[in-house]
Amino acid sequence: MKFPYKMSRRLFTSATIAVGLIAGAGVSAAEKIKVAAIYTLPVEQQWISRIHKALNTAAESGAIEYTYSENVANTDYERVMREYAEQGQNLIVGEVFGLERAARKVAKDYTDTAFLMGSSFGPVAPNFSVFDNWIHEPSYLTGMVAGSMTKSNVIGMVGGYAIPEVNRLMHAFMDGARDVNPDVKFLVNFIDSWYDPPKAKESAFAMMDAGADIMYAERFGVSDAAVERGVKAIGNVIDTSADYPGTILASAIWHMEATIDKAIANAASGNFEAADYGQYSFMAFGGGSLVLDESLVPGDVATAVKTKEQEILDGLFRVNVNDARPESDG
Amino acid sequence: MFDILQILLSESFWSASLRIATPLIFGVLGALLCEKSGVLNLGIEGIFVAGAMVGWMAVWLGAGLWGAVLAAALAGALFGLLHGILTVPLGLSQHVSGLAITLFASSLSYFSYRTALPTVSSPPRIGPFQPLDIPILSDLPFIGPVLFQQTALTFLALFCVFLVWYVLNKTALGVAIKAVGDNPNSVDAQGLSVYGLRIGAVMAGSALMALGGAFLTMSAFDAFFFGMVNGRGWICIALVIFASWRPGKALLGAILFGAFDALQVRLQTEVGAFVPSQVFLAAPYILSIFALVIAARRAEYPRALLTPWFKGQR
Repeated sequence: MKFPYKMSRRLFTSATIAVGLIAGAGVSAAEKIKVAAIYTLPVEQQWISRIHKALNTAAESGAIEYTYSENVANTDYERVMREYAEQGQNLIVGEVFGLERAARKVAKDYTDTAFLMGSSFGPVAPNFSVFDNWIHEPSYLTGMVAGSMTKSNVIGMVGGYAIPEVNRLMHAFMDGARDVNPDVKFLVNFIDSWYDPPKAKESAFAMMDAGADIMYAERFGVSDAAVERGVKAIGNVIDTSADYPGTILASAIWHMEATIDKAIANAASGNFEAADYGQYSFMAFGGGSLVLDESLVPGDVATAVKTKEQEILDGLFRVNVNDARPESDG
Repeated sequence: MFDILQILLSESFWSASLRIATPLIFGVLGALLCEKSGVLNLGIEGIFVAGAMVGWMAVWLGAGLWGAVLAAALAGALFGLLHGILTVPLGLSQHVSGLAITLFASSLSYFSYRTALPTVSSPPRIGPFQPLDIPILSDLPFIGPVLFQQTALTFLALFCVFLVWYVLNKTALGVAIKAVGDNPNSVDAQGLSVYGLRIGAVMAGSALMALGGAFLTMSAFDAFFFGMVNGRGWICIALVIFASWRPGKALLGAILFGAFDALQVRLQTEVGAFVPSQVFLAAPYILSIFALVIAARRAEYPRALLTPWFKGQR
């Protein structure tokens, strides 16, 4: 299967170049690369929605041809990766948190295909690159907001799974809160599911019963619980403030565009190499940003947070990275 | 220890237990009804998903909340009809058919969801059932918040416990359903339709299962998402054995499971630094297995469970 495909793509490429030369036209049409994405959950899920959005934007701009498969089980993921690679997709984007080793094996078999995968581990030469939502910087800033505004000094955090990308943002958030309020205590809970809002809600209720007055809403369901009990919440990855008016104090937003655009440009120019694209989620690259609801956050807190934001952007402050599992304060 | 006692005595803990138990009450009653008639319904997990999707989708399309509950129940009954036809007159393996129904119902639900809403960025929300604030009763100490600040569907679940108990134990229909699950030949000798009774019981049971799913999207949360049922249906299959096919004990089992779950959430927060969260997440299941081991010894299985019956064959 591999050999004929290789031939055909080589043929296709030379044919298009020939056509381009003969016609004397630009090569822009020939550069439109094929991108496939494979998601383990539906595209509505927060984290995935950011990648989907960036790829859709790229498709609308005409840079790529975009196809995707959603809701692919981890056990089936390898097969879908292979299918897309066999089809001749130039770039395959996805998430391999549940099949780190297997995904790298697949990439090895298709060295002509570029892989850009959300992963807890590193890139593998020649074609397996990784990314992640490195929005620990805005998370730190939202932590400052929460730490300044909690009255009970108890902040609740409900997470999905305790994997590095979740832990890292939680720690950054906790650091931010502790730096402005050393007395703050955290309640941490994992529901071991990416999407079980009723369960996330129950976890949040339990924390509010234990005194939490600000909730770190890592999962769907937490902000709903906050609305019901009239407490405040901190958003993560997407901006949900319109869905929960008067509840979301601040959110750490992830923008995947910087990462995707870089990967597409590299793949289109034939310069795709195994690299860690994590930095393109940093604030300096526009990959992460802070949203503050200024009607809910007092002016002095907002000012302090914005000052810190500028320090991060200027490279004067670095948010610590800690991938260890966060724990409740006793 | 003191912490656990404090948790067990708090009204919010019991209120949460009943909330978590509600979908399980529907599910376990549904599974009980099917099995009482002699048909194991492993389609339960998928029927939960279908109920969750149809109920939510009906509200989203403009139906009233109770109309949507009815729609979810009907959807469940239809999958029950399919399972009934496959396993009763055709006598196919109840395990295989049930698992196929689970796969089919959950995939079909997601397919319909995606077809109806191809490009949404987040699952659209509906106005779900709100907690009933019953005057006076809701203000009672302890009992008020636990019992009377639940949503209407929780009351419906509790009423269904009574209804299923009443039908099974106080009506001729109930006698016939139990008989068809114990000794279908005797029912046939009475001139009653074994097929009709079994298919009917499976349809009614499946409708109840779908209500369990509908609770998730119309009361516990306000949107549908693939995977949100998250194994709740399977729990019910175990709870039926725990309940020894008795509606009252089914209620007890569901609430016990809900309480374990509510407890693990609270304990995880309290002592999460010393014990991995997975231990707590697994705890309700481990405790259910223990409860099963103890309860199943005295379980009174419907004697014709899993046994197909064909007219004219003895």
